[in-house]
Amino acid sequence: MSDQFLYAIEVTLNGLMAGVLYALVALGFVLIYKASGIFNYAQGVMALFAAMTLVGIMDGQVPFSHLINATFGTKVHHFGWHVPALAAIALTVGVMVALAWMVQRFVMRHLVNQEPIILFMATIGLAYFLEGVSDLMWGSEIKKLDVGLPQGGSRWVEDATAFLGSENFYGFFIDKLDMVATVVAVLLVIALMLFSNYTKQGRAMRAVADDHQAALSVGISLNFIWILVWSVAGFVALVAGIVWGTKSGVQFSLSLIALKALPVLMLGGFTSIPGAIVGGLIIGVGEKLFEFTFGAMMGGATENWFAYVLALVFLVFRPQGLFGEKIIERV
Amino acid sequence: MFYREAGDFSTTYPEDSQTFPIRFDRYRYYVVLAFAFLVVPFIINDYWANAILLPFLIYAIAAIGLNILTGYCGQVSLGTGGFMAVGAYACYKFMTAFPDLSMFINVILAGLVTAIVGVLFGLPSLRIKGFYLAVATLAAQFFLVWLFNRVPWFYNYSASGQINAPERAEFGILVTGPNASAWATYLFCLIFVTISALIARNLTRGSIGRSWMAIRDMDIAAEIIGVNPLKAKLSAFAVSSFFIGISGALFFAVYLGAVEVGEVFGITKSFLVLFMVIIGGLGSVFGSFAGAAFMVLLPVLLKVVGVDMLGMPTDIVAHLQLVVVGALIIMFLIMEPHGLAQLWRLAKEKLRLWPFPH
Repeated sequence: MSDQFLYAIEVTLNGLMAGVLYALVALGFVLIYKASGIFNYAQGVMALFAAMTLVGIMDGQVPFSHLINATFGTKVHHFGWHVPALAAIALTVGVMVALAWMVQRFVMRHLVNQEPIILFMATIGLAYFLEGVSDLMWGSEIKKLDVGLPQGGSRWVEDATAFLGSENFYGFFIDKLDMVATVVAVLLVIALMLFSNYTKQGRAMRAVADDHQAALSVGISLNFIWILVWSVAGFVALVAGIVWGTKSGVQFSLSLIALKALPVLMLGGFTSIPGAIVGGLIIGVGEKLFEFTFGAMMGGATENWFAYVLALVFLVFRPQGLFGEKIIERV
Repeated sequence: MFYREAGDFSTTYPEDSQTFPIRFDRYRYYVVLAFAFLVVPFIINDYWANAILLPFLIYAIAAIGLNILTGYCGQVSLGTGGFMAVGAYACYKFMTAFPDLSMFINVILAGLVTAIVGVLFGLPSLRIKGFYLAVATLAAQFFLVWLFNRVPWFYNYSASGQINAPERAEFGILVTGPNASAWATYLFCLIFVTISALIARNLTRGSIGRSWMAIRDMDIAAEIIGVNPLKAKLSAFAVSSFFIGISGALFFAVYLGAVEVGEVFGITKSFLVLFMVIIGGLGSVFGSFAGAAFMVLLPVLLKVVGVDMLGMPTDIVAHLQLVVVGALIIMFLIMEPHGLAQLWRLAKEKLRLWPFPH
């Protein structure tokens, strides 16, 4: 096999891994969309907020310390303890549930029965709000997140595949973190599928998604379900935040992965969990291969827009995405 | 008491269908215009021009443009930053390619180029709607910014990748470049704002505006009563992009003078203009002005209160600003989805009867 071909395969593999990460973010979108018809733009910022909270708790940072110091002239920064990763994750889940409750109580409850586009814009407002709050709470500098996930290239894969090519080929380079992320994503999808298909709350969630009024009339509490959905989305955001945060540090750009998840959703369909996965994989592989083949010719960094243009072209021919439910308009 | 339409009778049709049919509105409009054209240029200084008035005027044009698309025609766009970049780069190319061309013509040509690009990216709106379209316009945002960043022809192969506005004079008075005086740049922008607002106001009152609103309220019903959605949607995209292109051109040539596209015309700019439209009021030309003024003044106000009066560090104030803007957006959507324009309308209703409410 020629080296060029092998490199293409390596690019594809890395694209698949990147696609899994995109899918991880896209999952959070799909969950909220399915259960409440809200397109939650704040999902990316929620991932940032979750990751920042996790780092803050682990390092024993004092929340709002910067603001407190500026207002009262004190000098507090850290509590002086370090919380083990698992305990910190559990605490962060608690924070995300509290956040879900607040979103439901102060925002979404007042916007019931509004048009979807109004709800969408409200989540943009929420994204700004949350971004400001997380910066105020934990400071805006880039932080390192280390919860014990393996990192770096996998020697094992490299050694195992080195024989495929010639002298100059050292085997496929695959980040261990990406492999872990893939496993996590698969587990998460299975867990979510089981949850929504086989538990009482999961069934209630699907009922709410189907028809708000009918769900209410059989005694399902809308408020509870929405808090649940936002909590689950918060949890998915935390997982995405951990993986991305470990990969590239916890910083503002983390919230931009939401923008990468949007074309994934358009491709896979807003209402389908498998669609989010497949869409993520297609975009991940597509943009890496496109950059590999045409990037140099077109000046590089085509990853910024390729996903969007692909999704745009796709939408013109199939507006509901690959796996989405057919959009039927009734007059 | 202060605001009344009683005793205001129209005796001819043109009188009845003029832009401001109520006498009080009309006189107020003349007074505002006279103040803006005849008083402000004499008292303006560099700080007021650069911190408040120029951004306000330029954003007002962009907000009018986005309001036509989102507020009147119901097509949400997140590509405003990208379209402003088209206006800026088109203006730059015209300025450098034809040095003798008047700046007025340059800016209008930039608007026309943007209109064409807007129609291209508006084509998917014929198939998709709602936030599917919103996400599709993001494609325009990212693609256009990338294009201007990566293709050297657009920035005339300059080493820094920036574009710099050369000096251009209008009637012998500099309006672009670092040596242009505050009042000249202000007047130059004001002329465009006045004309844009007038055009927008009259377009939205006429048949084309009605067809936009019909599409916004219910596109299927509109189609059935004979509104051509292709024409209505694409014309909304064209007109909206035209205004946004003009504002982008002014933003670059008159206000900033030098532009790095990813920084200035990024996604945050799209959101900023969208927020102006939401806070100001969807579907209202006056709302575009109110929203632009609000979003320009808010950071200045927060800075004055936070940094200068309370002595807080600038980065905290910047973060607080995000919190305040986000909270305001949510509050407006919950409490007054029609924005400042609706508050103004309510105030007028109250003032009609004040101080005797019955």
